Amino acid sequence: MTSPLLAVKNLHVVFGDRAVIHNLSFEAQPGQSLAVIGPNGAGKTVLLKALLGLIPYAGMIRWRPDARLGYVPQKIEADRQLPLRLRDFLAAKAAVLKLPFGELDRVSSEVGLTQDALDASIGHLSGGQFQKALIAFALMGQPNVLLFDEPTASLDELAEERVYDMLHALQRDKGMTLILVSHDLSVVYRYADMVLCLSKGTPCMGPPREVLTPETLEHLYAAPPKYYRHVDDAGAEGRKSQE
Amino acid sequence: MPEGQILFLLLALLFGLAAGLVGCFALMKRMLLAGDVISHLALPGLGAAFLFKVNPLIGGATTLFLGTLLVWQLQKKTGLTTDATIGVVFAAALAIGAAVTPRQDLIDALFGELQQVSPRGFLLGLAATLVVALSLFLLKDRLALAIFSPDLAATTGVNVDRVNLSFLLVFSLTVLIGLRFMGTLLASALIILPAAAARQLTEKLSNFLVVSAAISLVSVLAGFLLNAFVLKLSILGPTIVLFSAFFFALSMLAKKA
Repeated sequence: MTSPLLAVKNLHVVFGDRAVIHNLSFEAQPGQSLAVIGPNGAGKTVLLKALLGLIPYAGMIRWRPDARLGYVPQKIEADRQLPLRLRDFLAAKAAVLKLPFGELDRVSSEVGLTQDALDASIGHLSGGQFQKALIAFALMGQPNVLLFDEPTASLDELAEERVYDMLHALQRDKGMTLILVSHDLSVVYRYADMVLCLSKGTPCMGPPREVLTPETLEHLYAAPPKYYRHVDDAGAEGRKSQE
Repeated sequence: MPEGQILFLLLALLFGLAAGLVGCFALMKRMLLAGDVISHLALPGLGAAFLFKVNPLIGGATTLFLGTLLVWQLQKKTGLTTDATIGVVFAAALAIGAAVTPRQDLIDALFGELQQVSPRGFLLGLAATLVVALSLFLLKDRLALAIFSPDLAATTGVNVDRVNLSFLLVFSLTVLIGLRFMGTLLASALIILPAAAARQLTEKLSNFLVVSAAISLVSVLAGFLLNAFVLKLSILGPTIVLFSAFFFALSMLAKKA
Protein backbone atom coordinates (compact mmCIF):
# COMPACT_ATOMS: atom_id res chain seq x y z
CA MET A 1 0.00 0.00 0.00
CA THR A 2 1.28 3.47 -0.87
CA SER A 3 1.99 5.91 1.93
CA PRO A 4 -0.91 8.23 2.75
CA LEU A 5 -1.00 11.54 0.92
CA LEU A 6 -1.99 13.28 4.12
CA ALA A 7 -1.54 12.18 7.71
CA VAL A 8 -3.11 14.17 10.54
CA LYS A 9 -2.43 13.22 14.12
CA ASN A 10 -3.74 14.71 17.36
CA LEU A 11 -4.65 17.98 15.70
CA HIS A 12 -5.77 20.79 17.99
CA VAL A 13 -6.88 24.23 16.87
CA VAL A 14 -7.76 26.77 19.52
CA PHE A 15 -9.30 30.23 19.08
CA GLY A 16 -8.97 32.23 22.29
CA ASP A 17 -10.04 29.75 24.95
CA ARG A 18 -12.30 27.71 22.66
CA ALA A 19 -11.00 24.46 21.14
CA VAL A 20 -12.47 24.37 17.63
CA ILE A 21 -10.73 21.13 16.69
CA HIS A 22 -9.84 18.74 19.46
CA ASN A 23 -7.55 15.75 19.08
CA LEU A 24 -8.39 14.91 15.46
CA SER A 25 -6.50 12.16 13.60
CA PHE A 26 -7.13 10.84 10.09
CA GLU A 27 -5.43 9.98 6.83
CA ALA A 28 -6.22 10.63 3.19
CA GLN A 29 -5.05 8.44 0.31
CA PRO A 30 -4.01 9.61 -3.16
CA GLY A 31 -6.90 9.86 -5.61
CA GLN A 32 -9.45 9.84 -2.82
CA SER A 33 -12.47 12.09 -2.65
CA LEU A 34 -12.82 12.95 1.02
CA ALA A 35 -15.87 14.88 2.15
CA VAL A 36 -15.79 16.74 5.46
CA ILE A 37 -19.25 17.16 6.97
CA GLY A 38 -20.61 18.38 10.26
CA PRO A 39 -22.84 21.03 11.79
CA ASN A 40 -21.94 24.70 11.57
CA GLY A 41 -19.20 25.63 13.99
CA ALA A 42 -17.76 22.09 14.00
CA GLY A 43 -14.53 23.41 12.49
CA LYS A 44 -14.76 22.30 8.83
CA THR A 45 -13.35 25.52 7.35
CA VAL A 46 -10.86 25.73 10.20
CA LEU A 47 -9.66 22.22 9.37
CA LEU A 48 -9.04 23.18 5.73
CA LYS A 49 -7.16 26.30 6.79
CA ALA A 50 -5.00 24.30 9.18
CA LEU A 51 -4.28 21.75 6.42
CA LEU A 52 -3.18 24.66 4.23
CA GLY A 53 -0.97 26.09 6.96
CA LEU A 54 -2.98 29.32 7.11
CA ILE A 55 -3.65 29.22 10.85
CA PRO A 56 -1.60 28.08 13.85
CA TYR A 57 -2.31 24.60 15.23
CA ALA A 58 -0.90 21.99 17.56
CA GLY A 59 -0.34 18.37 16.58
CA MET A 60 0.88 16.93 13.31
CA ILE A 61 -0.19 17.59 9.73
CA ARG A 62 2.03 15.81 7.24
CA TRP A 63 1.59 16.01 3.48
CA ARG A 64 3.51 13.66 1.22
CA PRO A 65 6.41 15.62 -0.32
CA ASP A 66 4.93 15.42 -3.83
CA ALA A 67 1.59 16.96 -2.75
CA ARG A 68 0.79 20.22 -4.56
CA LEU A 69 -2.19 21.93 -3.00
CA GLY A 70 -4.89 23.99 -4.69
CA TYR A 71 -7.46 25.80 -2.56
CA VAL A 72 -10.92 27.00 -3.44
CA PRO A 73 -12.24 29.08 -0.54
CA GLN A 74 -15.85 29.75 0.37
CA LYS A 75 -17.20 32.58 -1.68
CA ILE A 76 -15.00 35.62 -1.18
CA GLU A 77 -16.70 38.98 -1.08
CA ALA A 78 -14.79 40.45 -4.01
CA ASP A 79 -14.17 44.15 -3.60
CA ARG A 80 -16.07 45.69 -6.51
CA GLN A 81 -13.75 48.67 -6.40
CA LEU A 82 -10.73 46.61 -7.40
CA PRO A 83 -9.56 47.58 -10.87
CA LEU A 84 -8.54 44.00 -11.47
CA ARG A 85 -9.70 42.00 -14.45
CA LEU A 86 -10.03 38.26 -14.00
CA ARG A 87 -7.16 37.90 -16.47
CA ASP A 88 -4.91 40.11 -14.27
CA PHE A 89 -5.87 38.09 -11.19
CA LEU A 90 -4.93 34.77 -12.81
CA ALA A 91 -1.82 36.28 -14.40
CA ALA A 92 -0.69 37.46 -10.96
CA LYS A 93 -0.58 33.87 -9.72
CA ALA A 94 1.20 32.76 -12.88
CA ALA A 95 3.80 35.48 -12.33
CA VAL A 96 4.33 34.69 -8.65
CA LEU A 97 4.77 30.97 -9.34
CA LYS A 98 6.67 31.61 -12.60
CA LEU A 99 4.29 29.33 -14.47
CA PRO A 100 4.77 28.76 -18.20
CA PHE A 101 3.07 30.99 -20.69
CA GLY A 102 -0.22 29.41 -21.67
CA GLU A 103 -1.10 28.11 -18.20
CA LEU A 104 -3.75 30.81 -17.92
CA ASP A 105 -5.42 29.73 -21.17
CA ARG A 106 -5.16 26.08 -20.22
CA VAL A 107 -7.03 26.42 -16.91
CA SER A 108 -9.53 28.88 -18.40
CA SER A 109 -10.59 26.43 -21.07
CA GLU A 110 -10.54 23.59 -18.56
CA VAL A 111 -13.18 25.24 -16.39
CA GLY A 112 -14.99 26.91 -19.29
CA LEU A 113 -14.16 30.58 -18.71
CA THR A 114 -14.86 32.67 -21.81
CA GLN A 115 -12.64 35.48 -23.11
CA ASP A 116 -15.39 37.91 -22.12
CA ALA A 117 -15.25 36.66 -18.54
CA LEU A 118 -11.45 36.91 -18.51
CA ASP A 119 -11.64 40.54 -19.60
CA ALA A 120 -14.35 41.44 -17.08
CA SER A 121 -13.57 43.20 -13.84
CA ILE A 122 -13.39 40.57 -11.11
CA GLY A 123 -15.93 42.37 -8.94
CA HIS A 124 -18.50 42.23 -11.73
CA LEU A 125 -18.54 38.47 -12.34
CA SER A 126 -21.71 36.48 -11.72
CA GLY A 127 -21.74 33.94 -8.88
CA GLY A 128 -21.16 31.03 -11.24
CA GLN A 129 -18.36 32.72 -13.14
CA PHE A 130 -16.71 33.80 -9.92
CA GLN A 131 -16.75 30.23 -8.64
CA LYS A 132 -15.20 29.04 -11.90
CA ALA A 133 -12.59 31.78 -11.56
CA LEU A 134 -11.65 30.55 -8.10
CA ILE A 135 -11.41 26.97 -9.38
CA ALA A 136 -9.27 28.13 -12.32
CA PHE A 137 -7.04 29.99 -9.86
CA ALA A 138 -6.66 26.83 -7.76
CA LEU A 139 -5.88 24.69 -10.81
CA MET A 140 -2.99 26.88 -11.96
CA GLY A 141 0.34 25.21 -11.28
CA GLN A 142 -1.18 21.73 -11.73
CA PRO A 143 -2.01 20.79 -8.13
CA ASN A 144 -2.66 17.13 -7.35
CA VAL A 145 -4.78 17.90 -4.28
CA LEU A 146 -7.74 20.25 -4.32
CA LEU A 147 -9.17 21.56 -1.04
CA PHE A 148 -12.62 22.85 -1.66
CA ASP A 149 -14.72 24.74 0.90
CA GLU A 150 -18.47 24.68 0.30
CA PRO A 151 -18.01 24.63 -3.45
CA THR A 152 -21.53 25.61 -4.35
CA ALA A 153 -22.80 27.69 -1.45
CA SER A 154 -23.69 30.61 -3.71
CA LEU A 155 -24.84 28.76 -6.83
CA ASP A 156 -28.21 27.66 -8.15
CA GLU A 157 -28.80 23.95 -8.59
CA LEU A 158 -27.84 23.74 -12.23
CA ALA A 159 -24.56 25.55 -11.74
CA GLU A 160 -23.94 23.44 -8.64
CA GLU A 161 -24.35 20.26 -10.67
CA ARG A 162 -21.85 21.50 -13.27
CA VAL A 163 -19.25 22.34 -10.64
CA TYR A 164 -19.50 18.89 -9.13
CA ASP A 165 -19.32 17.21 -12.51
CA MET A 166 -16.18 19.22 -13.22
CA LEU A 167 -14.63 18.21 -9.90
CA HIS A 168 -15.54 14.60 -10.50
CA ALA A 169 -13.94 14.71 -13.95
CA LEU A 170 -10.75 16.18 -12.49
CA GLN A 171 -10.58 13.40 -9.98
CA ARG A 172 -11.38 10.68 -12.52
CA ASP A 173 -9.16 11.88 -15.36
CA LYS A 174 -6.20 13.27 -13.48
CA GLY A 175 -6.23 11.15 -10.37
CA MET A 176 -6.56 14.31 -8.32
CA THR A 177 -7.27 14.01 -4.62
CA LEU A 178 -10.24 16.05 -3.42
CA ILE A 179 -10.91 17.23 0.11
CA LEU A 180 -14.21 18.99 0.15
CA VAL A 181 -16.33 20.58 2.81
CA SER A 182 -20.01 20.29 2.03
CA HIS A 183 -23.38 20.77 3.61
CA ASP A 184 -25.13 18.91 0.88
CA LEU A 185 -25.43 15.27 1.91
CA SER A 186 -26.77 14.16 -1.48
CA VAL A 187 -23.58 15.52 -3.05
CA VAL A 188 -21.51 13.70 -0.49
CA TYR A 189 -23.35 10.44 -1.30
CA ARG A 190 -22.76 10.93 -4.98
CA TYR A 191 -19.18 12.10 -5.20
CA ALA A 192 -17.25 11.21 -2.06
CA ASP A 193 -15.63 7.87 -1.45
CA MET A 194 -14.70 8.72 2.13
CA VAL A 195 -16.47 10.88 4.70
CA LEU A 196 -15.02 12.59 7.74
CA CYS A 197 -17.63 13.90 10.12
CA LEU A 198 -16.67 16.56 12.59
CA SER A 199 -18.78 17.24 15.63
CA LYS A 200 -18.44 18.23 19.21
CA GLY A 201 -18.17 14.56 20.14
CA THR A 202 -15.93 11.89 18.64
CA PRO A 203 -15.26 12.41 14.93
CA CYS A 204 -16.07 9.49 12.64
CA MET A 205 -14.67 8.42 9.31
CA GLY A 206 -15.60 5.84 6.71
CA PRO A 207 -17.19 5.29 3.29
CA PRO A 208 -20.48 7.19 2.79
CA ARG A 209 -22.59 4.05 3.00
CA GLU A 210 -21.23 3.25 6.44
CA VAL A 211 -21.07 6.75 7.87
CA LEU A 212 -24.17 8.40 6.51
CA THR A 213 -26.70 6.37 8.42
CA PRO A 214 -29.73 7.99 10.07
CA GLU A 215 -28.24 7.20 13.49
CA THR A 216 -24.85 8.86 12.90
CA LEU A 217 -26.48 11.85 11.22
CA GLU A 218 -28.89 12.32 14.06
CA HIS A 219 -25.99 12.11 16.48
CA LEU A 220 -23.85 14.44 14.35
CA TYR A 221 -26.40 17.18 13.81
CA ALA A 222 -28.29 16.56 17.06
CA ALA A 223 -31.46 16.77 14.93
CA PRO A 224 -32.60 15.51 11.52
CA PRO A 225 -30.16 17.21 9.10
CA LYS A 226 -32.74 18.58 6.64
CA TYR A 227 -34.57 20.40 9.38
CA TYR A 228 -31.36 21.81 10.82
CA ARG A 229 -30.05 23.13 7.50
CA HIS A 230 -33.34 24.70 6.52
CA VAL A 231 -33.71 26.78 9.62
CA ASP A 232 -30.22 27.77 10.58
CA ASP A 233 -28.01 27.87 7.49
CA ALA A 234 -27.82 31.58 6.75
CA GLY A 235 -27.33 32.95 10.24
CA ALA A 236 -24.80 30.39 11.33
CA GLU A 237 -22.78 30.82 8.15
CA GLY A 238 -22.49 34.53 8.87
CA ARG A 239 -21.19 33.82 12.31
CA LYS A 240 -18.73 31.27 11.06
CA SER A 241 -17.24 33.56 8.48
CA GLN A 242 -16.51 36.10 11.19
CA GLU A 243 -14.45 33.61 13.20
CA MET B 1 14.99 79.87 -14.20
CA PRO B 2 17.96 79.25 -11.84
CA GLU B 3 19.36 75.72 -11.74
CA GLY B 4 18.18 75.17 -8.17
CA GLN B 5 14.62 75.92 -9.20
CA ILE B 6 14.78 73.61 -12.22
CA LEU B 7 16.04 70.82 -10.00
CA PHE B 8 13.21 71.66 -7.60
CA LEU B 9 10.67 71.24 -10.39
CA LEU B 10 12.25 67.97 -11.54
CA LEU B 11 12.24 66.65 -7.98
CA ALA B 12 8.59 67.64 -7.60
CA LEU B 13 7.81 65.77 -10.83
CA LEU B 14 9.64 62.69 -9.57
CA PHE B 15 7.58 62.87 -6.40
CA GLY B 16 4.45 63.19 -8.54
CA LEU B 17 5.36 60.05 -10.44
CA ALA B 18 6.03 58.00 -7.30
CA ALA B 19 2.91 59.33 -5.58
CA GLY B 20 0.70 58.55 -8.57
CA LEU B 21 1.89 54.94 -8.67
CA VAL B 22 1.82 54.28 -4.92
CA GLY B 23 -1.65 55.84 -4.67
CA CYS B 24 -3.12 53.16 -6.93
CA PHE B 25 -2.14 50.35 -4.59
CA ALA B 26 -3.05 52.37 -1.51
CA LEU B 27 -6.52 52.88 -3.01
CA MET B 28 -6.85 49.17 -3.72
CA LYS B 29 -5.75 48.38 -0.16
CA ARG B 30 -8.39 50.84 1.07
CA MET B 31 -5.74 52.67 3.05
CA LEU B 32 -5.69 56.00 1.24
CA LEU B 33 -6.69 58.11 4.17
CA ALA B 34 -4.83 55.91 6.63
CA GLY B 35 -1.82 56.33 4.38
CA ASP B 36 -2.34 60.06 4.38
CA VAL B 37 -1.77 60.03 8.07
CA ILE B 38 1.54 58.15 7.68
CA SER B 39 3.13 61.36 6.44
CA HIS B 40 2.39 62.97 9.81
CA LEU B 41 4.73 60.44 11.40
CA ALA B 42 7.56 62.56 10.02
CA LEU B 43 6.56 65.57 12.12
CA PRO B 44 8.34 64.71 15.38
CA GLY B 45 11.57 64.06 13.47
CA LEU B 46 11.25 67.23 11.41
CA GLY B 47 10.56 69.23 14.56
CA ALA B 48 13.51 67.75 16.43
CA ALA B 49 15.75 68.42 13.40
CA PHE B 50 14.67 72.08 13.30
CA LEU B 51 15.25 72.30 17.02
CA PHE B 52 18.77 70.83 16.90
CA LYS B 53 19.64 72.39 13.53
CA VAL B 54 20.30 69.14 11.66
CA ASN B 55 19.06 68.25 8.19
CA PRO B 56 15.25 68.05 8.51
CA LEU B 57 15.07 65.19 6.02
CA ILE B 58 17.19 62.98 8.26
CA GLY B 59 14.96 63.72 11.24
CA GLY B 60 11.78 63.26 9.21
CA ALA B 61 12.99 60.02 7.66
CA THR B 62 13.92 58.59 11.05
CA THR B 63 10.55 59.02 12.73
CA LEU B 64 8.69 58.24 9.50
CA PHE B 65 10.29 54.82 9.13
CA LEU B 66 10.29 54.05 12.85
CA GLY B 67 6.60 54.99 12.97
CA THR B 68 5.89 52.81 9.94
CA LEU B 69 7.56 49.83 11.57
CA LEU B 70 5.60 50.52 14.75
CA VAL B 71 2.33 50.58 12.77
CA TRP B 72 3.19 47.26 11.18
CA GLN B 73 4.17 45.63 14.48
CA LEU B 74 1.03 46.90 16.24
CA GLN B 75 -1.06 45.56 13.38
CA LYS B 76 0.53 42.14 13.68
CA LYS B 77 0.45 41.97 17.47
CA THR B 78 -3.02 43.37 18.12
CA GLY B 79 -4.87 42.22 14.98
CA LEU B 80 -6.21 45.76 14.55
CA THR B 81 -6.71 47.01 11.00
CA THR B 82 -4.14 49.26 9.32
CA ASP B 83 -6.29 52.36 9.73
CA ALA B 84 -6.80 51.76 13.47
CA THR B 85 -3.10 51.25 14.15
CA ILE B 86 -2.11 54.23 12.02
CA GLY B 87 -4.72 56.29 13.86
CA VAL B 88 -3.15 55.44 17.20
CA VAL B 89 0.44 56.10 16.16
CA PHE B 90 -0.51 59.24 14.24
CA ALA B 91 -2.19 60.92 17.19
CA ALA B 92 0.89 60.39 19.32
CA ALA B 93 3.24 61.54 16.54
CA LEU B 94 1.30 64.74 15.89
CA ALA B 95 1.28 65.62 19.58
CA ILE B 96 5.02 65.03 19.96
CA GLY B 97 5.72 66.88 16.71
CA ALA B 98 3.65 69.91 17.70
CA ALA B 99 5.36 70.02 21.08
CA VAL B 100 8.96 69.86 19.85
CA THR B 101 8.80 71.87 16.60
CA PRO B 102 9.92 75.50 17.07
CA ARG B 103 6.94 77.76 16.40
CA GLN B 104 8.48 79.61 13.44
CA ASP B 105 9.27 76.29 11.72
CA LEU B 106 5.90 74.66 12.31
CA ILE B 107 4.28 76.04 9.14
CA ASP B 108 7.24 74.85 7.03
CA ALA B 109 7.03 71.41 8.60
CA LEU B 110 3.30 71.16 8.02
CA PHE B 111 3.02 72.70 4.55
CA GLY B 112 6.53 72.54 3.09
CA GLU B 113 8.50 75.39 1.59
CA LEU B 114 9.77 76.53 -1.77
CA GLN B 115 13.51 76.19 -1.78
CA GLN B 116 16.53 75.63 -3.93
CA VAL B 117 17.39 71.97 -4.47
CA SER B 118 21.05 70.96 -4.53
CA PRO B 119 22.28 68.49 -7.18
CA ARG B 120 22.87 66.01 -4.36
CA GLY B 121 19.34 66.43 -3.06
CA PHE B 122 18.02 65.90 -6.56
CA LEU B 123 20.04 62.72 -7.07
CA LEU B 124 18.76 61.33 -3.77
CA GLY B 125 15.20 62.06 -4.88
CA LEU B 126 15.85 60.40 -8.23
CA ALA B 127 17.26 57.30 -6.53
CA ALA B 128 14.31 57.13 -4.14
CA THR B 129 11.83 57.42 -7.03
CA LEU B 130 13.58 54.61 -8.87
CA VAL B 131 13.42 52.45 -5.75
CA VAL B 132 9.68 53.16 -5.40
CA ALA B 133 8.92 52.40 -9.06
CA LEU B 134 11.04 49.26 -9.14
CA SER B 135 9.67 47.96 -5.83
CA LEU B 136 6.09 48.44 -7.00
CA PHE B 137 6.88 46.69 -10.26
CA LEU B 138 8.32 43.71 -8.38
CA LEU B 139 5.56 43.72 -5.75
CA LYS B 140 2.54 44.30 -7.96
CA ASP B 141 1.42 40.69 -8.48
CA ARG B 142 1.92 39.68 -4.85
CA LEU B 143 0.23 42.88 -3.70
CA ALA B 144 -2.74 42.27 -5.98
CA LEU B 145 -3.20 38.74 -4.61
CA ALA B 146 -2.73 39.84 -1.00
CA ILE B 147 -5.28 42.63 -1.46
CA PHE B 148 -7.79 40.32 -3.11
CA SER B 149 -7.50 37.51 -0.56
CA PRO B 150 -4.72 37.06 1.99
CA ASP B 151 -5.57 33.33 2.21
CA LEU B 152 -5.29 32.75 -1.53
CA ALA B 153 -2.09 34.76 -1.61
CA ALA B 154 -0.64 32.67 1.23
CA THR B 155 -1.53 29.38 -0.50
CA THR B 156 0.25 30.71 -3.58
CA GLY B 157 3.40 31.09 -1.49
CA VAL B 158 3.15 34.83 -0.93
CA ASN B 159 4.43 36.03 2.45
CA VAL B 160 1.53 38.44 3.08
CA ASP B 161 3.14 40.04 6.15
CA ARG B 162 6.30 40.82 4.26
CA VAL B 163 4.38 42.21 1.28
CA ASN B 164 2.39 44.51 3.60
CA LEU B 165 5.52 45.76 5.30
CA SER B 166 7.27 46.32 1.98
CA PHE B 167 4.33 48.35 0.76
CA LEU B 168 4.23 50.49 3.92
CA LEU B 169 7.95 51.21 3.52
CA VAL B 170 7.53 52.11 -0.16
CA PHE B 171 4.65 54.37 0.85
CA SER B 172 6.81 56.07 3.49
CA LEU B 173 9.68 56.50 1.06
CA THR B 174 7.31 58.21 -1.37
CA VAL B 175 6.12 60.57 1.35
CA LEU B 176 9.74 61.31 2.17
CA ILE B 177 10.48 62.44 -1.40
CA GLY B 178 7.73 65.03 -1.21
CA LEU B 179 8.15 65.99 2.42
CA ARG B 180 10.22 69.17 2.15
CA PHE B 181 8.17 70.96 -0.46
CA MET B 182 4.69 69.57 0.31
CA GLY B 183 5.02 69.32 4.10
CA THR B 184 3.67 66.60 6.36
CA LEU B 185 0.05 67.68 5.87
CA LEU B 186 -0.03 67.84 2.09
CA ALA B 187 2.61 65.30 1.01
CA SER B 188 0.14 62.48 0.81
CA ALA B 189 -2.60 64.51 -0.89
CA LEU B 190 -0.83 63.75 -4.15
CA ILE B 191 -0.96 60.06 -3.27
CA ILE B 192 -4.73 60.23 -2.73
CA LEU B 193 -6.22 62.52 -5.36
CA PRO B 194 -4.69 61.32 -8.66
CA ALA B 195 -5.38 57.67 -7.79
CA ALA B 196 -8.98 58.47 -6.85
CA ALA B 197 -9.42 60.39 -10.13
CA ALA B 198 -7.83 57.64 -12.22
CA ARG B 199 -10.07 55.02 -10.60
CA GLN B 200 -13.09 56.81 -12.09
CA LEU B 201 -11.66 56.42 -15.55
CA THR B 202 -10.35 52.88 -15.83
CA GLU B 203 -11.04 49.26 -14.86
CA LYS B 204 -7.68 47.82 -15.82
CA LEU B 205 -4.70 47.77 -13.45
CA SER B 206 -2.05 48.83 -15.99
CA ASN B 207 -4.21 51.72 -17.27
CA PHE B 208 -5.00 52.71 -13.70
CA LEU B 209 -1.30 53.10 -12.91
CA VAL B 210 -0.55 55.06 -16.08
CA VAL B 211 -3.53 57.44 -15.74
CA SER B 212 -2.88 58.06 -12.04
CA ALA B 213 0.80 58.84 -12.65
CA ALA B 214 -0.13 61.14 -15.56
CA ILE B 215 -2.70 63.10 -13.53
CA SER B 216 -0.17 63.44 -10.73
CA LEU B 217 2.58 64.73 -13.07
CA VAL B 218 0.27 67.23 -14.76
CA SER B 219 -0.93 68.48 -11.35
CA VAL B 220 2.64 69.09 -10.20
CA LEU B 221 3.61 70.86 -13.43
CA ALA B 222 0.47 73.00 -13.54
CA GLY B 223 0.75 73.85 -9.85
CA PHE B 224 4.39 74.80 -10.23
CA LEU B 225 3.80 77.02 -13.27
CA LEU B 226 0.77 78.75 -11.75
CA ASN B 227 2.73 79.48 -8.62
CA ALA B 228 5.92 80.56 -10.38
CA PHE B 229 4.27 82.98 -12.79
CA VAL B 230 1.00 84.06 -11.15
CA LEU B 231 0.52 83.40 -7.45
CA LYS B 232 4.14 83.52 -6.29
CA LEU B 233 3.30 81.91 -2.93
CA SER B 234 6.10 80.78 -0.63
CA ILE B 235 4.68 77.25 -0.60
CA LEU B 236 3.90 75.00 -3.54
CA GLY B 237 1.71 72.33 -1.96
CA PRO B 238 -1.66 74.10 -2.08
CA THR B 239 -1.62 74.86 -5.83
CA ILE B 240 -0.57 71.30 -6.68
CA VAL B 241 -3.26 69.84 -4.45
CA LEU B 242 -5.89 72.19 -5.89
CA PHE B 243 -5.02 71.09 -9.42
CA SER B 244 -5.26 67.43 -8.52
CA ALA B 245 -8.61 68.09 -6.80
CA PHE B 246 -9.73 69.84 -9.98
CA PHE B 247 -8.72 66.77 -12.03
CA PHE B 248 -10.68 64.58 -9.64
CA ALA B 249 -13.76 66.74 -10.26
CA LEU B 250 -13.18 66.44 -14.02
CA SER B 251 -12.92 62.66 -13.71
CA MET B 252 -16.32 62.56 -12.01
CA LEU B 253 -17.80 64.50 -14.92
CA ALA B 254 -16.04 62.24 -17.43
CA LYS B 255 -17.45 59.17 -15.71
CA LYS B 256 -20.97 60.56 -15.80
CA ALA B 257 -20.72 61.46 -19.48
